[in-house]
Amino acid sequence: MMREYKDRKNAQKRAYYTDRFYVVPSIPKEDVNSDETFAKDYKELKKHFKFKEAYIQRGQLVLIIKPEDNKKILSFLKDELEYTFLSELSASDYLAQSGEFEIFYQLLSMSKRKRLRVKCRIKENSAIESVHTIFKSADWAEREMFDLVGVNVNNHYNLKRIIMPDDWEGHPLRKAYPLQGDEAAQWYEVDKIFGKEYRDIIGPEQRDPARVDKKDTKNFARIYHEVPYGAKPSEKRTNQDYQEEDGVFFIDEFKKSNSKVLNTRR
Amino acid sequence: MQQVNRLKPFFENLNFDRDDNRMVVNFGPQHPSAHGQLRLILELDGEQVKKAIPDIGYLHRGMEKMAENMIYNEFLPTTDRMDYIAATANNYGYALAVERLIGLEVPRRAKVIRTMLLELNRIISHLFWLATHALDVGAMTVFLYCFREREFAMDLMEDYCGARLTHSAVRIGGVPLDLPNGWLDKLSVYISQMHKNIADYEGLLDQNRIWKMRLEDVGVISKEDAISWGCSGIVLRGSGVQWDIRKEEPYELYDELEFDVPYSDRCDSYGRYKLYMEEMRQSVRILRQLIDMYQETEPQTMAHAPQYISAPKEQIMTQNYSLMQHFVLVTQGMRPPKGEVYVATESPKGELGFYINSEGDPYPYRLKVRAPSFWHTSILQELLVDHYIADVTAIIGNLNIVFGEIDR
Repeated sequence: MMREYKDRKNAQKRAYYTDRFYVVPSIPKEDVNSDETFAKDYKELKKHFKFKEAYIQRGQLVLIIKPEDNKKILSFLKDELEYTFLSELSASDYLAQSGEFEIFYQLLSMSKRKRLRVKCRIKENSAIESVHTIFKSADWAEREMFDLVGVNVNNHYNLKRIIMPDDWEGHPLRKAYPLQGDEAAQWYEVDKIFGKEYRDIIGPEQRDPARVDKKDTKNFARIYHEVPYGAKPSEKRTNQDYQEEDGVFFIDEFKKSNSKVLNTRR
Repeated sequence: MQQVNRLKPFFENLNFDRDDNRMVVNFGPQHPSAHGQLRLILELDGEQVKKAIPDIGYLHRGMEKMAENMIYNEFLPTTDRMDYIAATANNYGYALAVERLIGLEVPRRAKVIRTMLLELNRIISHLFWLATHALDVGAMTVFLYCFREREFAMDLMEDYCGARLTHSAVRIGGVPLDLPNGWLDKLSVYISQMHKNIADYEGLLDQNRIWKMRLEDVGVISKEDAISWGCSGIVLRGSGVQWDIRKEEPYELYDELEFDVPYSDRCDSYGRYKLYMEEMRQSVRILRQLIDMYQETEPQTMAHAPQYISAPKEQIMTQNYSLMQHFVLVTQGMRPPKGEVYVATESPKGELGFYINSEGDPYPYRLKVRAPSFWHTSILQELLVDHYIADVTAIIGNLNIVFGEIDR
């Protein structure tokens, strides 16, 4: 028997079949000068900063910068070029390909009605400077990025996990992190509440949503044949009409046979 | 971080004993006024909040991770579960992002139906907001009236797509179904009553002394703060910024429709309440125009793009090549070009954005959802300070946050 090969750097789902001759098309990258506003902004930016690449994709300007410049460029964009609104900030994981994270800042200028994206790449063990002093909205967004992707942020006043619990292990949005969670994730509650030695007793979590346990009588799973807790299953059809044993205060007893179904709303 | 042990798991491990006069109160995560699983740690001086720490993540289902492991069509029903009050707005935001990614234009009838559903959802969402917010503040009557009207609107949704809450009524490339017979008549009956109903709610609340006392000058967000904190939608417009994506960056048919965007300089909760009422009126106005527009469209509801979208059912059943393509699209999924898009739409809560990074695979390489409520919750840490504890629920309710989309 052979052990199945698993890519440790990428645990995500793959296409099970790709045509050998399939060439991936790309969204065209247009020249910055094709848009008047962006051309003007880019000219202004170029006086002060250096860019690795700049293009327009689907109507939005994309600037690729060096990660050290992020704070300077973003504050320039905000103060001088009226890109005052940080709509989104996050990172993608390119660790398997180049050992890097790709961070993007999605900005909006309400006066110009334009959106642009600033992107940069950092190495796995380096950190990006926090921009929460420029945009307050970056506060939680950077925490989320740190929590889920595991990008380190420098000089953030409160950099801790926001969505996952504080004592979580690993960063779920990394490509190496499987969809069902790693071992620490799968046993998280058991380990925390009962201790590791209880793993065998409690057993792994039942994750199949379509699972029907016909012998399960304790959880009342047998519809119309429910039995009291722990009692033996019975084939006798149970009565569905009652609500409470002595009825409910103020409410008439519900009887299916007496009820009336309305075809249209009154 | 605190030491966790078996008897004191870390989520219980809060230091409530203090030396000064302050008291630490744990608000949520199970609290009827928290509108979901919001946990707030409030430091109180008497009844005044001196420090507030919002804690989220109790409804985290890892939707962005799920998206990376699903083909594009498969993920669409999952978006229902984000802002479950207005599911179509999420479906639409996602569908539009994928359509921009592959560069697809939808047929006009699909556009009309989508815009109708979006506006109907806006009414549903605003009614739900008013109902629960009024209930938080103590007005039970409004809650019952609003839920009645919302119920009728959800009946309309049910007639169209079969679901009341999680619609999945929008598909990538159009809508799956045309409107059923008689639906437009029901819709016009519904919207004809809406003006009177809104007037009723306003009659109950507008000059209501308690309502005004609870809302006026409570939760004041200045214009600068609203922009800096990334607020959008009514929270932004309630702070005097005239920005509605439907108007400024029109998508679907919004550039052809006549409607006004209300905004308010009051910056407080009462101003935002007035905006919600006015937006409902505008939605009714839009729906009325759409009913006329619908009559002039061709019957096609799904875009023709065999590389990405399956052919209509009749064609699949009769033509071999369509069946083959359908099979490939269902089993392998569509392969959009390599590149990335960020598409923002105006959901009832605010700017709902989808960032999709595609590497040309049938699965998105990275999908990030910009959920408006996430940013509206982050502002709580500044907004709640110096408010009284009774205002906390009023502010949370007023910001219209939904936890399905905050934690995703």
